[in-house]
Amino acid sequence: MDVLKLKVNGRNYEVETDPATTLLEVLRDKLFITGPKVGCNTGDCGACSVLLDGRLVKSCITNAFITDGCEVITVEGLAEPGELHPLQKAFYEHYAAQCGFCTPGMLMAAKALLDENPNPTREEIKEALAGNLCRCTGYVKIIEAIMAAAQELREKRSMIARKEVS
Amino acid sequence: MAFKVIGKSEKRYDGLAHVIGETKYVDDIFIPGTLMVKVLRSPVDKGKVRHLDISNAESFPGVAGIITPEDVPNKYQDQPVLASSIRYKGEPIVAVAAVDEDTALEAISKIKLDIEEEEAVFDPLEAMKAGAPKVRPEGNLYMYGKYPCRRVVFGNIEAGFKEADYIIEGEYFHPTLEHAPIEPWASLAVPGADGRLTVYSMCQSLHLTLGWLADVLHMEPDDIRFIKWAWRTRQRGSTSLSDLKYIGGIIGGSFGAKWDIQADHIPAILALKIGRPVKWRWTREEDLQYSIYRGAWHVKIKDGVKKDGHIVARQIRSIRDAGAYTTFNAYVVEKHCWVASGPYFIPNVHVEGYCVYTNKPPAGAMRGFGITPRTFAIEVQMNRIASQIGIDPWELRFINAYRQGDQTPTRRDLDSVYLIETMQALAKKAGVKLPDRLMSMTSAERGNK
Repeated sequence: MDVLKLKVNGRNYEVETDPATTLLEVLRDKLFITGPKVGCNTGDCGACSVLLDGRLVKSCITNAFITDGCEVITVEGLAEPGELHPLQKAFYEHYAAQCGFCTPGMLMAAKALLDENPNPTREEIKEALAGNLCRCTGYVKIIEAIMAAAQELREKRSMIARKEVS
Repeated sequence: MAFKVIGKSEKRYDGLAHVIGETKYVDDIFIPGTLMVKVLRSPVDKGKVRHLDISNAESFPGVAGIITPEDVPNKYQDQPVLASSIRYKGEPIVAVAAVDEDTALEAISKIKLDIEEEEAVFDPLEAMKAGAPKVRPEGNLYMYGKYPCRRVVFGNIEAGFKEADYIIEGEYFHPTLEHAPIEPWASLAVPGADGRLTVYSMCQSLHLTLGWLADVLHMEPDDIRFIKWAWRTRQRGSTSLSDLKYIGGIIGGSFGAKWDIQADHIPAILALKIGRPVKWRWTREEDLQYSIYRGAWHVKIKDGVKKDGHIVARQIRSIRDAGAYTTFNAYVVEKHCWVASGPYFIPNVHVEGYCVYTNKPPAGAMRGFGITPRTFAIEVQMNRIASQIGIDPWELRFINAYRQGDQTPTRRDLDSVYLIETMQALAKKAGVKLPDRLMSMTSAERGNK
């Protein structure tokens, strides 16, 4: 057993673990952070997607040891408690969640996309979600939600920029 | 009149929990001290367990309890919970509860299992032949009462064929489909101090599942092999529905997959035997290979058609590959037969639907209970008729479509029939220009018949 130090959703944790453990197992089984889901455990479905130091990873095929000292953001850390991230709000309002099981992973993939590209085309969104499966096949609503959230984020940013100028 | 909901776009009641990651699916529920289950599945398609030795697994450190076929005399419908007479590859034989999944898997590797392999049959058409290997001792066909098939008879099929100008036949195959919900099977059973067993389930119809699980768990006091269960049962005389509490309703996709008990019974039995919470979750591989799926279909159609396009006789023989157990297969075949002739008025109909057992994992319900493969076969057949007698496929459907007041082969008088109007709207949307004689038809009259 070794001790793994990592920051998840703004909080520091020390977890005893062994070399065979994945980041997903640490999050779910040790820290009880259950937003990331076990859909396939082989890196194919994307239900376990989280941000690792800002980069989108499939936590089910990410060895926990390589995350030592890293910062992890899961769906639970997208917004401050009691608030909704524009992506969460848009997913809710645009009916982008059906059974909801893929939703935490979809949201993290969308967050990674918008952090890099604040004004994506539909094609770019499709490409960014290529690693995330929605078996309910609700992809159109998901794309619409991400377009809406991107617009809201851009408007927010330009308002902040205008305020700074004035 | 002001409506509260109609005409408005309401948010999903569970949508907010979904987007903040707070929805708790079965595998998201953690109870301290929970044991994890793994099962030993059959490596062969058919056979009998000759020798089973679990002693090395029982004494393996970290193992809390094991159940074998002889511990579970009751069945789930016609399926044993654990099998000693194997009917499909992957059928559970032994279940092990241990401190974690790795320990349970390692303990399973210590089990000595010897199976006498028998000849299996995989093709339902082969399984129907005389002398085919028997999937089940009583035979390879599900019996509808005393009949080997579900039959729907309307009018006089031979008279219909005599009246016809053309006889048009077609043979259609519909493959197996896996529902593949993104949430793999999981179940958590928690024995309570009050003697009740709480099961966190992802089954989609708990009212049905509750009774089935009670059937599995019900044992007469003298039958009892489990100490904890025996204590409770002796106090009460026997078990009843009120000893079971189901918690569910949160499902990571189903598409019909979650009609059947797939994962609830084994952890329930282990929880009662050991007296601790027990969770069983399937891997994606297990889910894809051994969970229920839409069984394959073979549909043969013989139609008698008049020169003007009226179908006057339709004979259908459908065969469903049910896999090794009945689950919803028998009902799926029935529903297929009820509506087999399609949304068309045909005065002479003869349908036979066979539910055939093969040495495959049990098939089950999926989206439409046998209607979807029917629709595929019937609509391809309609196009085949159209091309063979030289009539437009739209026109053929308009001529034969159900009208108000028509009777179905199951003797139901139809009202609220709007198939003609639906097809007219569809043609408009699709940009298909239909002749006036079709666009002026209505469901209220029989048209040119």
